[in-house]
Amino acid sequence: MRPARTLLTYILLLTIPALPLAGYAQPVAEQSAPLLAQPGILITLVLILIPLLAAFIFMIWQVRRTLLRLQWQKQPTTQADQLEYLEGEAINAARLQRKPTLVYQLSGRELAGANTPDDSRGIIQQASNEHVIPFVAEKKKAQSRPAVDPKLTRLILWYLGSATCWLVIGTTVGEYLGIKFVSPDADTVPWLSFGRLRPVHTNAVFWGWSTLAMLGLGYYVVPKVSNTAIASIRQGWQTLILVNAAVALGSLCLMNGINNAGGEYREYVWPVMALFGLGLIITLINFLRTVARRTTTEIYISNWYILSAIIFVLVITVIAYWPTWQNGLGETIVQGYYMHQGVGMWFMLFNLGLVYYFLPQQLNKPIYSYSLGILAFWAQILFYTLIGTHHFVFSSIPWWLQTVAIVGSMGMLIPVIAGTTNFFMTLKGGWNKIASSYTLPFYVTGIIFYFTGSLQGTAEAFRFTNLLWHFTDFTVAHSHLTMYGIIAFLLWASIYALVPRLTGHEPPQWLVGAHFWLAFLGMMFYTIPLMIGGTLRGLMWMEGKPFIESVVLMAPYWLWRAIGGSLMWLSHLLFAYNFYRMVVGVRAAHPAATPVREALA
Amino acid sequence: MNLFRNNTYLYTTAFLFFVGLSLVVVILPALYNQKNNAPLPGTEPLREDALAGKHVFIANGCVACHSQQVRNVAMDNVWGPRPNVAADYAHNTRMHWWMNTATLMGTERTGPDLTNIGTRLPSVDWHLLHLYNPRAVVEESIMPAYPWMFKVTTHVEEGDKVVNVPTEFLRGQEGTVVATREALQLVAYLQSLQQAPLPDGTVTPAFLYKSQAPAATAQTTTTDAAPAEAVVDGAAIYAANCQACHQATGTGLKGAFPPLKGSAIVQNDNPEVLIDIILQGYNAREEYGEMPAIGTINHLKPEEITAIINHERTSWGNSAREVSVAEVKDIIAMLESKKNNP
Repeated sequence: MRPARTLLTYILLLTIPALPLAGYAQPVAEQSAPLLAQPGILITLVLILIPLLAAFIFMIWQVRRTLLRLQWQKQPTTQADQLEYLEGEAINAARLQRKPTLVYQLSGRELAGANTPDDSRGIIQQASNEHVIPFVAEKKKAQSRPAVDPKLTRLILWYLGSATCWLVIGTTVGEYLGIKFVSPDADTVPWLSFGRLRPVHTNAVFWGWSTLAMLGLGYYVVPKVSNTAIASIRQGWQTLILVNAAVALGSLCLMNGINNAGGEYREYVWPVMALFGLGLIITLINFLRTVARRTTTEIYISNWYILSAIIFVLVITVIAYWPTWQNGLGETIVQGYYMHQGVGMWFMLFNLGLVYYFLPQQLNKPIYSYSLGILAFWAQILFYTLIGTHHFVFSSIPWWLQTVAIVGSMGMLIPVIAGTTNFFMTLKGGWNKIASSYTLPFYVTGIIFYFTGSLQGTAEAFRFTNLLWHFTDFTVAHSHLTMYGIIAFLLWASIYALVPRLTGHEPPQWLVGAHFWLAFLGMMFYTIPLMIGGTLRGLMWMEGKPFIESVVLMAPYWLWRAIGGSLMWLSHLLFAYNFYRMVVGVRAAHPAATPVREALA
Repeated sequence: MNLFRNNTYLYTTAFLFFVGLSLVVVILPALYNQKNNAPLPGTEPLREDALAGKHVFIANGCVACHSQQVRNVAMDNVWGPRPNVAADYAHNTRMHWWMNTATLMGTERTGPDLTNIGTRLPSVDWHLLHLYNPRAVVEESIMPAYPWMFKVTTHVEEGDKVVNVPTEFLRGQEGTVVATREALQLVAYLQSLQQAPLPDGTVTPAFLYKSQAPAATAQTTTTDAAPAEAVVDGAAIYAANCQACHQATGTGLKGAFPPLKGSAIVQNDNPEVLIDIILQGYNAREEYGEMPAIGTINHLKPEEITAIINHERTSWGNSAREVSVAEVKDIIAMLESKKNNP
């Protein structure tokens, strides 16, 4: 009876956060009655509510626990409390009995006994008898792993280091672009003009930050799960140089007004992208050779995802950039395909491969289901390949192609749900480890956004939601929820998981926490106002209001975006510092003398 | 299972599966669509200066904020009289060996759609001032300014295109603002962006989701679908056709566009000159930009012209008598006959 009632209470409480939303939605519904009956809108609202609901349940649970504890403390449990209930002689007897308890003190040697401390197995890591009140919770340190070839370590650190540089550069540009929405006359330098800088931002975080970080982590995972050494470290360096060169050259070209004539993420001209493609071919060959000489019988699922991702990104780059074939409207069909496969078949697929290795490793248990991972793999290829055209719904490209894209977007439910289930079932039983780990919160966030962000994409592909949200900042919010909420968070998780194991240096834990919260809150401040503003703007357009009114409407939402963007940017500076500390370490301060330390010294 | 253990099988299968799907959803449709496409009769490829202007448009990444597609949904009717069809893009081909085809359809509408901008905003002077600083003509605009496409000089030479910039936007510079060739080419490109009519006998594709946007059709001046009994809103038609230059306040812009507030022509008891200027344009005053033949370009109907001039004659403190549609029709007929038999 009691659990049922509690459950009911929770369900009722859960409706509270939905109330302001419902209130907000009312006037909107009056103007366009079927809005809240649109499946796309409903799905999106539910998806936005999922993280909020999860947080709310957690909060209620914590409050309930605290209340119970307080109640328990009220009962007379100590001897001093019991004195109040005694009378006559009994009081004196109790006082006499209590006297020795008041003067008793621990000697400090109860556990160790008379022996000097000794840690012959090297288990004790944080010996301290200082009683300081910690401002942040202490997290577990990285477990040491079997030694990695120092040459490979150096290569990986260079990959991750240049990725970090591109993250800082790319998001500094992004931050400046966000400011330009609020202050359009900030400068009058041609190279810094909005239209030229926007692709610099997107391409630098795509091909500079995400790609280089993924490849760097791949150089660890691919040989590790093959239980062999990487085929060629030298080829790793060649790819690193080529990809870095492509991003640097591409950015300069864009600022100088040399671009590929529109089409998102396809702004670098093909001679620049050829460097990128060449770099990936080299690494693909390197990885294929590594897998071929593996000492395991099976090919671990991570290598399915990682190597296929490299094959697919090469295919889409060739299709999109081959200079002798598209000449006309075909360009737009290819563009929809290219920009979405870039996201789904490269960034997402590669990162899933990384998660299939790092998540079980961080939890110290195997992945829940190998078969689900394989189902998700084939389903992702089948459905994701079809959905590119949903960026051009209602445009002049064939109607049947648009319908195929919308159906494919629905099919994405299968790989996304399979993947999310797999990860959450792996986490099951390990939830208590999240509190004591500084990498798992990044993974959990990334996985939650993998679910909500991907399904939001499905909802956005419907014809009605296209009417409402296409061309607005809603899509900008969506791309940040996914490329940032999923990809960047998963990459940070893996970098924090790997680098201390390579170098033996830990990042300052409170700065990792600060990085996490600034990035997370920044992303919320960035995306939620843009989604609200984008929806209102879409409604305004549907009502046929003058365009400039919708620009005025967006002003406060653009301001919030700039604020959220600033928090995100700040978190990247912290991440860069953390990375520096993980690579270089810090000269050890004199540790406080403790009995254990003295004995160990 | 073999796939688990044989790397050659696994990666070849994945590769072929992906390439096969790509062939069906991308390569073949793309090839088919561009092979089976031809420009509309009566349309021509871009002239030399407009083509150069398209380069400027591309180099500065204008497509980041401006789309060029009127979708077949009613809310897009404000951007063009009919939905775009594939043939509208048939003139777009590769411009360089290092550059992709620029259809410039776009995926963001942070700024207005440009499919029909050549018709919607035909004034060269407006575009030049707007490029020099968008906030000079549209106060709330957040579009970047492009002052580097202009030069400020004290010696205006023969053939220079002077842009009348209000002093507060000169940022303390002394002299006259002159458009560079780049700016003029860009404006030429913008002016070339016009939706061509479909050939006679072709069924115009319908706008979908009409019930979703009842106001959209009433707003547009270019559509011929407006029902006869609909109330013609003078303020809205003024906003769509005149406001860009003459401003919502009717004050125009000092040194760029003349005020309508307190104007003798606007308030003249006989609206003949006013209607003539709306239909034929006007370029008699040195100190202001040229007025395009907005009424003719945008196919304004007598009812709409009546609504505009009545709005102008009774707003901002103007107090001339309102004119009737019949009166306007008579004057238009008279002007027509004058033009045909000078």
